[in-house]
Amino acid sequence: MQFMLLFSRQGKLRLQKWYVPLSDKEKKKITRELVQTVLARKPKMCSFLEWRDLKVVYKRYASLYFCCAIENQDNELITLEIIHRYVELLDKYFGSVCELDIIFNFEKAYFILDEFLLGGEAQDTSKKNVLKAIEQADLLQECCMTDTVSQSFSMV
Amino acid sequence: MPAVSKGDGMRGLAVFISDIRNCKSKEAEIKRINKELANIRSKFKGDKALDGYSKKKYVCKLLFIFLLGHDIDFGHMEAVNLLSSNKYTEKQIGYLFISVLVNSNSELIRLINNAIKNDLSSRNPTFMCLALHCIANVGSREMAEAFAGEIPRILVAGDTMDSVKQSAALCLLRLYKASPDLVLMGEWTSRVVHLLNDQHMGVVTAAISLITCLSSKNPDEFKTCVSLAVSRLSRIVSSASTDLQDYTYYFVPAPWLSCKLLRLLQCYPPPEDGAVKGRLVECLETILNKAQEPPKSKKVQHSNAKNAILFEAISLIIHYDSEPNLLVRACNQLGQFLQHRETNLRYLALESMCTLASSEFSHEAVKTHIETVINALKTERDVSVRQRAADLLYAMCDRSNAKQIVAEMLSYLETADYSIREEMVLKVAILAEKYAVDYSWYVDTILNLIRIAGDYVSEEVWYRVIQIVINRDDVQGYAAKTVFEALQAPACHENMVKVGGYILGEFGNLIAGDPRSSPLVQFNLLHSKFHLCSVPTRALLLSAYIKFINLFPETKATIQEVLRSDSQIRNSDVELQQRAVEYLKLSSIASTDVLATVLEEMPPFPERESSILAKLKKKKGPGAVTVELEDGKERGELNGGGDRGGDAAIAASNASTPSPSADLLGLRSTAPVSGTTPSAGSLLVDVFSEAGPSATSAGVNDDGFLSSAPPTVASEDPAPPLPESDELLNKFVCKNNGVLFENQLLQIGIKSEYRQNLGRMYLFYGNKTSVQFVSFNTTVSCPGELQSQLNVQTKTVEPLVEGGAQVQQVINIECLTDFIDAPLLNIKFRYGGALQNISLKLPVTINKFFQPTEMAAADFFQRWKQLSQPQQEAQKIFKASHGMDTEVLKAKLLGLGTALLENVDPNPENYVCAGVIQTKAQQVGCLLRLEPNAQAQMYRLTLRSSKDTVSQRVCDLLAEQF
Repeated sequence: MQFMLLFSRQGKLRLQKWYVPLSDKEKKKITRELVQTVLARKPKMCSFLEWRDLKVVYKRYASLYFCCAIENQDNELITLEIIHRYVELLDKYFGSVCELDIIFNFEKAYFILDEFLLGGEAQDTSKKNVLKAIEQADLLQECCMTDTVSQSFSMV
Repeated sequence: MPAVSKGDGMRGLAVFISDIRNCKSKEAEIKRINKELANIRSKFKGDKALDGYSKKKYVCKLLFIFLLGHDIDFGHMEAVNLLSSNKYTEKQIGYLFISVLVNSNSELIRLINNAIKNDLSSRNPTFMCLALHCIANVGSREMAEAFAGEIPRILVAGDTMDSVKQSAALCLLRLYKASPDLVLMGEWTSRVVHLLNDQHMGVVTAAISLITCLSSKNPDEFKTCVSLAVSRLSRIVSSASTDLQDYTYYFVPAPWLSCKLLRLLQCYPPPEDGAVKGRLVECLETILNKAQEPPKSKKVQHSNAKNAILFEAISLIIHYDSEPNLLVRACNQLGQFLQHRETNLRYLALESMCTLASSEFSHEAVKTHIETVINALKTERDVSVRQRAADLLYAMCDRSNAKQIVAEMLSYLETADYSIREEMVLKVAILAEKYAVDYSWYVDTILNLIRIAGDYVSEEVWYRVIQIVINRDDVQGYAAKTVFEALQAPACHENMVKVGGYILGEFGNLIAGDPRSSPLVQFNLLHSKFHLCSVPTRALLLSAYIKFINLFPETKATIQEVLRSDSQIRNSDVELQQRAVEYLKLSSIASTDVLATVLEEMPPFPERESSILAKLKKKKGPGAVTVELEDGKERGELNGGGDRGGDAAIAASNASTPSPSADLLGLRSTAPVSGTTPSAGSLLVDVFSEAGPSATSAGVNDDGFLSSAPPTVASEDPAPPLPESDELLNKFVCKNNGVLFENQLLQIGIKSEYRQNLGRMYLFYGNKTSVQFVSFNTTVSCPGELQSQLNVQTKTVEPLVEGGAQVQQVINIECLTDFIDAPLLNIKFRYGGALQNISLKLPVTINKFFQPTEMAAADFFQRWKQLSQPQQEAQKIFKASHGMDTEVLKAKLLGLGTALLENVDPNPENYVCAGVIQTKAQQVGCLLRLEPNAQAQMYRLTLRSSKDTVSQRVCDLLAEQF
């Protein structure tokens, strides 16, 4: 996979993950073009399209479009399910995820994606294993949180 | 899991995000962001040291601002500080910032690498994973340099946690893709391959991506993975849907891993081991069988996962192209999908069938679906699906169904989307020509094409129809009649007027007997269109008119009147005015005989150009730059690609004058003849002045080659090629002229020119000594299979070469089919009694037969895609051995003989080229992409052509040039 973009029906970019080195300018150009192209498509159309020398696989969940660019030899259907699994992970983590969760907790969305996909390839496809990794990180996070809280108490 | 507390205590961040969301306008948003940036900047610059939490919060805000699309030019240092925090949450944000926003600030990279190093050696798996994620996300060369040695160790170590192994495998993959030269698997190869056997499915899933990438680049080293992959696949395919627990996805066991295993196997030919192959065939059959079983769930995820495996299995079957039974089953399965209610499946089935159509085993089976595919072309609501259907029709077309397919494509063209019309037009034109049995059908088709989609008919298409009509006299009368009828339409496309003007001007006489198309009627018809046409078409029509005067003297008065009118003879366009004046004059003063000679029917076009590559434009000319002796080896490389102007032909024809004193090396042309003073500055003369008299004694004896060939021992057999002959060959890949070889006695210069599949080479042998060479004899031979690939003819040279003189030899070369080796040139002569015996490789390389092909980006990518089978591609990644100057690169690529295409590659740093290799047997279209990485001083070169040997050879040749 070369990159993944999440954007809203209004065309606002919510998450971008690039697995190939590109300049910021190129990234912006690609994003602009692709968001336009995908938003212009009608609901019953097929989820794949050829774009430059890549294949684009996209799917809409509620108000959000999930869009992946893959190489020619990559499998379109399994990429659709990569998207679905990521949505499932977000859903499980946030508890029926909505666009706002991803806006306000964008860093979490990135962390979950990193646990699932690395360098554009699936790192682990088991929902349990990925969530376990995130949970462990959250545990570490929480004990740190209590640290800060107790510190601020002691300052008072 | 409990809902997450929003923002994890970073209240400030949540407030900021809300503020941004509440901004009513872009200006308000920018204002709010600038305020925040100022605030953060002052916090970072402030005297008070920030605690980790605040730092994290501000870094996170900066990240958010960046992701909104604004530039961030500070905060990197604070992010790096966070990396060494011992609080996970701070470290994590630090890493995220670095992953998203890293730039190659060397000072920072060093600090980042330090922090990563610490985390990698921390033995805390969570920290290790964070560090590995960061390396994988950034993937820069600096990181590869720092960690490419360490990560394989982590990957295969016995005590590494599974989660770390997974991250390590993919991290290594990313580094390998970015800097393959730095990732050396050597000693780890077999342990990495054995990760396919790992108990943990997650580890296998991650590792197989790495193994697939490594295998595709080094298939031999990794070939043991084939049997391991087959047995792993077989275990998954035969397992019940519940066996694999969490790796079962909507009742499908391990779909991702299955797809990746099938993909890995596509890097290899079918397994040789019978047992392994048997097991694999069984797996593929099981997968095909499962497709017929009723679904275990109605959810689309279930069918997607199941079909993902099925399509990947079909790809493997097509890749092997050796099991007719499986190929036909695959085709039947895809046939079912053609009518599936899921658009996605119809799309993929059409796409996959396109490749099946090219297999001899399944071509017929694919053809049985023609009606369904035609129906898809007519009824699909999604243009991308219709496009696939058109592609498939094109792929399944052969002599038996060409008429039907072309007719359907033509009728589709009437309503086709604008985005695909041009491509459709080309396809129709290609099929019509390729499968034309009777040419009247061909003419009808092309004229229809112009009628239906005139705007999309490129020049090449209408040129082509004219070429064919001129070359085939059995169709000329029909063409004249048809085009005459087509022109009757009240509104007809300008392209039709062009074809009409040309054809009636040549063959209007063939229909002039019919009073309905008498000469005057024809002329009036053409002239009625004149005023609606653009200048180039009007110019063409004027030429048609003068041809009419020759064909039909009775039209002379009418046409002269037209030419004489102010609107012609005083036309503001110079070209039109000139034609009108000249034609008028010609018609009034020339006798009928002269007129008949001048305006004779066009001679047949010399040779059929490939219709697929009808866009061929420029004829390849020989390089025409004088070779500078001194720089022949260094700068001279550029010469071949420099100037391809019209002077080339003149220079070449001068050089071909068979005069013994002809000298291509202009610098010294006068030296031996006119006796310029020895200090004239040419190398040859310098040799005279310095080593002149002593050359025969001391000077020459220093030459190892001389002393090793004393006269008595000298063999009369051609010597083996000099060790440096390959290197000499490489110097001429991108240029046609220069000094091929030089030692103390002899200098050999080359000038060559190539057209189509023919080449002519002039060799200039210069005697650098003052003593004559006797028994001078040269032979050219084609060793081994080259004999059947190249036809080389030489003329013998005079056996005596005077001191300081030069002789010329002409070699004619015909390329019969593509080839790899170079012909050998052997030179034997006696110098002062000693036999000299030198063998060199003659710089005839396959790329010399390139004809450049110009094409637009869309065509390029479409062809690129069509050549996507693994064996059609050759790729090399290599280190730059010269500078990476743009102009030098361009000159070399032009020198290769291809067209350098601008504005095609989305990345302006890259170069793409296209050309057709012309051999007698076939024409091989070839596409090239060169991706320089200035930072890494590396190149990636990718060649795609319709012939695997050509891709490989051109890739090998070119890789030595940079």
